[in-house]
Amino acid sequence: MSSSLPVQIGALALRSIVRTVRQPAVIVSALLFPMMFFYINAYGLDAAARIPGFPADSYMDFAFAFPLVQAALFGSITAGADLARDIESGFFDRLSLTPMRPVALLAGMLAGVVALGLLQGVVFIAIGLLMGVTISSGLPGMVVLVLLTVLVALGFGGVGAILALRTGSVEAVESAFPLFFVAIFMSSINLPRSLIEADWFRFVATVNPISYLVEGLRSLVITGWDAQALLLGFGCALAIIVIALAGAGASLRTRVAR
Amino acid sequence: MGRTGGIEAWGLVREFRKGPRAVDGISLHVEPGEVYGFLGPNGAGKSTTVLMLTTLLPPTSGVARVAGYDIVKEGPQVRASIGAALQEAALDPFLTGRDHMRLQAALHGLGRAERGKRTEELLERVGLSEAADRKVKGYSGGMKRRLDLALALVHRPRILFLDEPTTGLDPQSRSALWAEVSRLAREEGVTVFLTTQYLEEADVLADRVGIIDRGRIVAEDTPENLKAEIGRPSVEATPSEGGERDAVARVLRRFGEEIPAQPGAVAVRLEEGDLAEVVRALDAANLKVSNLRLDEPSLDDVFLEKTGRSLEGAGGEGEPQAEEV
Repeated sequence: MSSSLPVQIGALALRSIVRTVRQPAVIVSALLFPMMFFYINAYGLDAAARIPGFPADSYMDFAFAFPLVQAALFGSITAGADLARDIESGFFDRLSLTPMRPVALLAGMLAGVVALGLLQGVVFIAIGLLMGVTISSGLPGMVVLVLLTVLVALGFGGVGAILALRTGSVEAVESAFPLFFVAIFMSSINLPRSLIEADWFRFVATVNPISYLVEGLRSLVITGWDAQALLLGFGCALAIIVIALAGAGASLRTRVAR
Repeated sequence: MGRTGGIEAWGLVREFRKGPRAVDGISLHVEPGEVYGFLGPNGAGKSTTVLMLTTLLPPTSGVARVAGYDIVKEGPQVRASIGAALQEAALDPFLTGRDHMRLQAALHGLGRAERGKRTEELLERVGLSEAADRKVKGYSGGMKRRLDLALALVHRPRILFLDEPTTGLDPQSRSALWAEVSRLAREEGVTVFLTTQYLEEADVLADRVGIIDRGRIVAEDTPENLKAEIGRPSVEATPSEGGERDAVARVLRRFGEEIPAQPGAVAVRLEEGDLAEVVRALDAANLKVSNLRLDEPSLDDVFLEKTGRSLEGAGGEGEPQAEEV
């Protein structure tokens, strides 16, 4: 007796979503902290919008990509930590003793990440609009904004899964959070690359794929429909997804090797 | 043994880096429908053996077949044939008992209608119907163990592995779990491989017992035969006056070899005579005792006989599991 892959994925996705919904603190943190950072950033750096060559009239519009990327990061760490907790507690072994296909475990976990990313994207856009953010690409752009946010969450979620499966340790996954955070700050998250004065910083931001995710998201807010930025944004997101999922798949095969 | 509900192992070994052999050449044979008690102290290698037999840990060497399937080459078939409740009841604290049952049933391929039916049936059987919609983080240890057992039974396995299922349970929960395990074996013909460090548990539940110490099986038979091997009962006397311990010991040694006893007491394995003769001898020597006890041979005596140590005090630091070789 063996269930089909969609049934397995559905059951594990439902578990992932249910356990998130039953932890209000996780949801509140996931929604509150990125917007809090956004608010502080937007008001604290408002004067940056007056720098010659700055691409937006309002720093708030410019910075709106930040909570979306941070939300994706937060979701990936939460999901990675949950997976590591399953390994530590033996729940992973319980699942391994069923005819579950390993890919279902990964897909189920990532379904939770996607669901949280979706919720965050929609809520942040709603709050952003209330705070006065102008989304130049209009309503269709908002849909694309959420879609790209979800893809970024999926890619980061894959990285979280790799960490969890390689280490099997909640502490190890959570300790990666600051590193991810540094990676976000070493991108064009706070300033456009053209305005970063330090050569080394500009170089790092240029080779940092997070810059292109940020710029893709940002373009929908401050520019409208910028084909190049969107192509690079979606391209980077998809590349991260492919690499992260391949890595996560390999890590999963190693862990469940029998 | 063809594709049956039994377990066979030949020379099973598991080594961990920087540690001794957790399992050191175990061979065993469990008949279909049998309850096999795997008895030993902490760190003896019980859980490592279970992890190997359930395919969760590859053996370093040796061969084992579970339900007729090779544990290394036919892992999926083994897993489809077995249910397992491992040492820690691994449950998700944010899911309810019913959520767990439905998830497990879905992963085992039960149809939607069957999932619901089986969930209700098993929750009822383990006495968790009323708590079914409560989050597991609010369950007691006994409730978690019972849910663990129900989860292991979702797909009607032919073989059930229970790794120290009653550790930490109150006597009432322990009795309830014993009753269910007995019923499964008796009425449903499930083969049960049960590890335990409780002598009474092995004595009550197991058709046969394998005693494991330091990764090796040191004795294996029915509990009755193992105890009969030890033969005679033992007598333990506690002198009323502490200073008379040596005198009491001299009298008791006339009846048999001295064996370890409670602090302040003297015990011998009776090789001749009986309790009445011991009492008369103590009386004749004008020695008073505050406590005099006749003990029939127990599995602890068997363990003592085979290893030179008492099972109660033989626990190590736990089984090494950190680094694989």
